[in-house]
Amino acid sequence: MTATAPKLRWGELEEDDGEDLDFLLPPRQVIGPNENGIKKVIEYKFNEDGNKVKITTTIRVRKLANARLSKSAIERRSWPKFGDAVHEDVGSRLTMVSTEEIVLEPPRAPGSKPEETKAAGDPLAQLGKGGAVLMVCRTCGKKGDHWTSRCPYKDLAQPSEGFIDKPPTAETSSVASGTGKTAYVPPGMRAGAERGAGADMRRRNDENSVRVTNLSEDTQEPDLHDLFRPFGAITRVYVAMDQKTGMSRGFGFVNFVNREDAQRAINKLNGYGYDNLILKVEWATPRSN
Amino acid sequence: MRPILMKGHERPLTFLKYNREGDLLFSCAKDHNPTVWFADNGERLGTFRGHNGAVWSCDVSRDSLQLITGSADQTAKLWNVKSGNQLYTFNFDSPARSVDFSVGDKLALITTDPFMELSSAIHVKRIARDPADQSGKSVLVLKGPQGRINRAVWGPLNKTIISAGEDAVVRIWDTETGTLLKESDREIGHKRPITSLTKSTDGSHFITGSVDKSAKLWDTRSLTLIKTYVTERPVNAVAMSPLLDHVVLGGGQDASAVTTTDHRAGKFEAKFYDKILQEEIGGVKGHFGPINALAFNPDGKSFSSGGEDGYVRLHHFDPDYFNIKI
Repeated sequence: MTATAPKLRWGELEEDDGEDLDFLLPPRQVIGPNENGIKKVIEYKFNEDGNKVKITTTIRVRKLANARLSKSAIERRSWPKFGDAVHEDVGSRLTMVSTEEIVLEPPRAPGSKPEETKAAGDPLAQLGKGGAVLMVCRTCGKKGDHWTSRCPYKDLAQPSEGFIDKPPTAETSSVASGTGKTAYVPPGMRAGAERGAGADMRRRNDENSVRVTNLSEDTQEPDLHDLFRPFGAITRVYVAMDQKTGMSRGFGFVNFVNREDAQRAINKLNGYGYDNLILKVEWATPRSN
Repeated sequence: MRPILMKGHERPLTFLKYNREGDLLFSCAKDHNPTVWFADNGERLGTFRGHNGAVWSCDVSRDSLQLITGSADQTAKLWNVKSGNQLYTFNFDSPARSVDFSVGDKLALITTDPFMELSSAIHVKRIARDPADQSGKSVLVLKGPQGRINRAVWGPLNKTIISAGEDAVVRIWDTETGTLLKESDREIGHKRPITSLTKSTDGSHFITGSVDKSAKLWDTRSLTLIKTYVTERPVNAVAMSPLLDHVVLGGGQDASAVTTTDHRAGKFEAKFYDKILQEEIGGVKGHFGPINALAFNPDGKSFSSGGEDGYVRLHHFDPDYFNIKI
């Protein structure tokens, strides 16, 4: 039996790589274009596995509106293809219309331009310096200069409104005492600071923090607030977000004013079904430092 | 607008040229096959096979029957546009870069790069009406200055040749005597190599693009600087709208730096400037690499850009483009 026989052995198929078997395929068929300009091209070919594949390509042929062409240009339209274009098949897709709508983008206002280009420009530089919006010091409120932990004014600044558990008295007194040119003394250790209370408050805040895990990706901070509010006053709600994707990472923290409220919330909500997921609510372990 | 993407080339594009009627678009790339496309729908008409190196530029005769290409394989070739057959090969001792048919298509200029001890040169060849009579003899050879000549074109009535290249100076040569007539002022001219030069439709002025991140508009006769367009990236390609007072600059950072920078930072857009006010009108994005070639359809209603990414993007303007006011 030769290779030309209709029934082929797989070994021969592999050797020939399908190239020389094209004569076995039915001829290419072109249907249309019909009155709607729909043209159908039916082709057959062998795929990598040597199976016969029928490829139907439907093309809508449209006339370009009022294109005025010269006589010679119309004649050139009917020129036969040459070079590599002769063997071009329908599936080659050399010419495609962009799926994306491209607009002539107006330039940005001169003022906004440098910032925009900087933000979009060099991701490395952005990492180093921090995005203008991301890096906001919670102590002094300065944007894009330093992180809260590195704030040079952290012992000078007024406590921010959001931290109601910080003792205002301790902070203000420390300003007065911290102006001397001596070695650094933490505000809480300075003379006049309500030492016990300050340390206690801080501890208690950490302890009143409840960790919520197995959150659904759709859960936002307001949702969490709504969920925990019935148990008592809440000072902070935080849902961890992936910086890159902006999606929730599936866990968050809720800080209660009162420890008892927090305990009740844990008792009630641990194992609670929320948004098709079973929540795990527990005391947040304080950070190692 | 939805641009038409043409992926016929496997290497970066180098040059784009429309024929006079604007129905054919010729593209040259660093792969060896210049290609001709139908400029309305982007369908490939054919490829010109025969070169053995990067093809740097091309020009088509007024009757769209002959094509001349200059290639790094040290030849310039004449082609039959209809059949894709080679008509004649001009051989040189160094890579041919810029080619241009004169007004009337009786002459063609071909520039060659400096190579070994050879300096750059502009060769003027007579183009025979019958390809069988074609000879390779040069009518005129202008020995170039230092550095490569990136682009040379014929001046009005073929009396002059305008050249620009790596030494950042625009020169006007006399085609009768072969003498240098004018040189652009180094003070006001480009500071870095000139990459591209395009004449206006009527030939009264031309625009040059340079690595010094600017494009300049010059008067063809007096070589006075008319306008300067400043951008943020090296300019690789320039084009002028034949319909509106718009110029388009294409560029992007060096091809060697592409992989090390974010594509958003690359500024791979074709930037539109108002020709008179020198103000930016807008940018057309889309390429994944620097834009190496730009060409306006002679009817001014579409333009195409060729990039380092190997794509030709053919843009037909939306109707509102023609009403832009700044």
